[in-house]
Amino acid sequence: MKRLWVAVATLALITTPGAAKRDRDRDEPEEKSEKAGDKDTSDEKSEKSGSKASKLALNKDPYPSTYKAFPGRPTAVTNVTVFDGEGGKFERATVLFRDGKVEKIDTGGGAPDGYDKVDGTGKWLTPGIIDIHSHLGNYPTPGVDAHSDGNEATGPVRSEVWAEHSVWPQDPGFSRALANGGVTALQILPGSANLFGGRSVTLKNVYARTAQGMKFPGAPYGLKMACGENPKRVYGSRNQMPATRMGNMAVNRQTWIRAADYKRKIDKGDTVLRDLQLETLAGVLAGEISVQNHCYRADEMAVVIDMAKEFGYKVSTFHHAVESYKIADLLKAEGICSAMWADWYGFKMESYDAVEENIALVHNAGACAIVHSDDANGIQRLNQEAAKALAAGRRMGFIVPDEVAWTWLSHNPAKALGIGDRTGSLKPGKMADIVLWNGYPFSVYTRPDKVWVDGALMFDAQDRTRRPVSDFELGQPGEGDVK
Amino acid sequence: MRALLNSILPISLEMGRRTAARRRGGGGADATVSCPSTIRRLRVERSPSQSHARWGGWVAVVALLTATPALAQSVAITGGKVVIGDGTAPIEGGTVVIVNGRVTAAGRGVAIPAGLPRVDAAGKWVTPGIVAGFSRLGLAGVDAVDPSNDTSAANSPFNAAIDVAPAVNPDIQPIAISRVAGVTRAIVSPSASNAIFGGMGAAIDTGADANPVSTARLFQFVQFGEGGARRAGGSRPALYAMFRNALTEAREAVAGVYRDNAMLRRVDAQALIPVVNGTMRLAIHVEGATDIRAVLALKREFPALNIVLVGATEGWRVANEIAASGIPVIASAMKDLPASFEQIASTQSNIGRMKAAGVKVSIGMVDDDDTRQAQYAMQYAGNMVALTRVPGASGLTWDQAFAAITSGPAEAMGIGGDIGSLRAGRRGDVVIWDGDPLELATSAEKVWIDGVQQPLSSRQTRLRQRYAKPEEGALPKAYER
Repeated sequence: MKRLWVAVATLALITTPGAAKRDRDRDEPEEKSEKAGDKDTSDEKSEKSGSKASKLALNKDPYPSTYKAFPGRPTAVTNVTVFDGEGGKFERATVLFRDGKVEKIDTGGGAPDGYDKVDGTGKWLTPGIIDIHSHLGNYPTPGVDAHSDGNEATGPVRSEVWAEHSVWPQDPGFSRALANGGVTALQILPGSANLFGGRSVTLKNVYARTAQGMKFPGAPYGLKMACGENPKRVYGSRNQMPATRMGNMAVNRQTWIRAADYKRKIDKGDTVLRDLQLETLAGVLAGEISVQNHCYRADEMAVVIDMAKEFGYKVSTFHHAVESYKIADLLKAEGICSAMWADWYGFKMESYDAVEENIALVHNAGACAIVHSDDANGIQRLNQEAAKALAAGRRMGFIVPDEVAWTWLSHNPAKALGIGDRTGSLKPGKMADIVLWNGYPFSVYTRPDKVWVDGALMFDAQDRTRRPVSDFELGQPGEGDVK
Repeated sequence: MRALLNSILPISLEMGRRTAARRRGGGGADATVSCPSTIRRLRVERSPSQSHARWGGWVAVVALLTATPALAQSVAITGGKVVIGDGTAPIEGGTVVIVNGRVTAAGRGVAIPAGLPRVDAAGKWVTPGIVAGFSRLGLAGVDAVDPSNDTSAANSPFNAAIDVAPAVNPDIQPIAISRVAGVTRAIVSPSASNAIFGGMGAAIDTGADANPVSTARLFQFVQFGEGGARRAGGSRPALYAMFRNALTEAREAVAGVYRDNAMLRRVDAQALIPVVNGTMRLAIHVEGATDIRAVLALKREFPALNIVLVGATEGWRVANEIAASGIPVIASAMKDLPASFEQIASTQSNIGRMKAAGVKVSIGMVDDDDTRQAQYAMQYAGNMVALTRVPGASGLTWDQAFAAITSGPAEAMGIGGDIGSLRAGRRGDVVIWDGDPLELATSAEKVWIDGVQQPLSSRQTRLRQRYAKPEEGALPKAYER
């Protein structure tokens, strides 16, 4: 710890925002060859980049995913109604998947030979739901103090922490999200006490003995940032900076200036002591790490958008975003997603202007809309939250087909997480992350019947042996119950 | 569920919103005790035209929000699919008759008195207004804004004597939002602060008028389980000792005895007199099976106590014993996580299993966005129906589920003769829905409270209209309304 701070102190140089922008522009093409999550070893990396990028043999994936898809069987779900996740709908279709991948959606025939047949009559089939905002694992249940691992609230800039180092893979919440919610992938974020909360991690919703065993292979890292009330309250109440929204911005900007300087040195090939805090931020400036920004108010989102331009990075998604409807045109123009609740409001001042039509208004304006949970209960009903948002939009006269609304639950979050090429829809070749619902999935009366992850059957309402029970619940009252 | 967590940490995540209220100071208590004329006024029958002078500008503001005069009305709602709300099956082509603010008849073949205004509800559902079974609705405008939050009073020297009625504020957003959603009544409870007793709760309506309280001092609230143990000094044995001591001091108060070394202040002891003699219900918030058994034992020890169990997340494990006791339960519907060690065995099947065992169980918002999301009652009830299609799970039939958010909580609180169903004599709280009221896409089309048709707008509907197109027009948004 002390060593890190020494490193920061030696880097306390001033560089102009303009210079930072130029640095980024110049270096971007080279940086693109080294996406975060790349499986390259550090040796290979230093060979590739040679002396040009850095003398530091930087392993960008030191806690690599050990997730392995469980074995599945070639499966044909027949006579089923399908939302493909990208806005397509198929009636009386057969969905084929094998070897962990979607093969095709067939509207012509039944189950071919060699496939296990699942009768989908009266049922719906969709891509698995992806929750872009979860704290399962880092705020697990039971919510005892000893489990409170989501906010490193010891300083407003804590980009050096990585959420995966807090994830407890025995959180019972993962099983509920799977069995009741049909969630197949999720992003675990640090909390919002800090301006820079740390790195997020994207998980497959499959239990493992280690957090690495749950990590979505090759998923890029995200950086959690937070606007507004939380950081200024946490630090202001300690008589520290930031205590105001302008303080938030000043600390943000000063931090980006430090990050730009760190990146410039690395790119130049200077020898520097690695600084985990600035390393993550440099990853953002290099376009390798996406920014996941907690922000409620429209005016604050607009300020963040300008800050991102000032320092040459891009915001992937505004989280919570209860006022996105006020600037949906701006968000569309900037290509920024909004991850939203259907109807949370009024719990704090910056949520005062929430409206039930937020998601539909954002969608209707042509901007990217995502339904998120931020909640171990809400994650079990994201389809219901989408249904409420959809109904609110329709009451305003917006024509949003059901199958298009499903993009809010899988394709849009997958894209915002940088995994949209691998999951989030039923395009052939994508991961067979699939939910079979026992009815119309926007009905309150509907529940998951089966959930496959990478083509492996991980939940089956008809089969108690396909219901995961975390270590915590083993041997306790209620073990293995329907929940 | 994160009370413990948040008492340590300023923000855990955005769910910290739920506990911000609990961390707040006691500023609101001053407002509730310093205005006795307000207390009296809230208990009288609706008479909004009276005492304008005393109410000053507040009445004027409410009057502006009130589209219809707050006078009891008479109406016949015809042709709809009528749900009585008492657990009986819906009636196609039914009629609901309200005369002078009360239901006089509902069902098929109902005679409509001559001259009654008629509203056609053909193709619609007609039901009693939804009752938020256990809530803090009306006590907080914005949870985390302390001056607008009267749910608890951490720095008050009082506890059992705290009475929420004069604090219930019909001007705050959650009231209008609940009304727009079809929630017409709520059981409103204080939170326990620095003592196990939280004070006296009320039944309220969500009408657009200045008289929200329909029954003040309806019940006393006490916190048991983990939260009670903490407030009692750190353990459950300490909690039970404190509870017994309180009952003892209340009994002494009946006899007019107030000791100098008593733990309860005089008004707190007095407030517990109707509890010890059984004329006021005692809502006990308790979650774990062991703690529920302890409550059942207390009932045997103090048979006069008129207990309602609130929470009861592990109630299914002691369902037969609860049923035998006859004690009603207002439970959380959707809890299924081991959020704390008193909820290890939680499951969404809790309510269904208790119902099957014969427990009088209904649905409440127990520590679940209880200041503002009363409208989740319909969604939760719908989920109880969904469970009937999940192998191994227990849920409710549609009729049972609807009763669990209307007559169920009303009966648990002893006001089933006044609200919660369309049986004759109940208040004229009626909603016309554009579909199955438990479905997610359904909305309330018309709402009556005490026979008065209600405006269905809120700050949210105004904001939505202003930003239907986000771009600014000829003038800034501030000019669009």
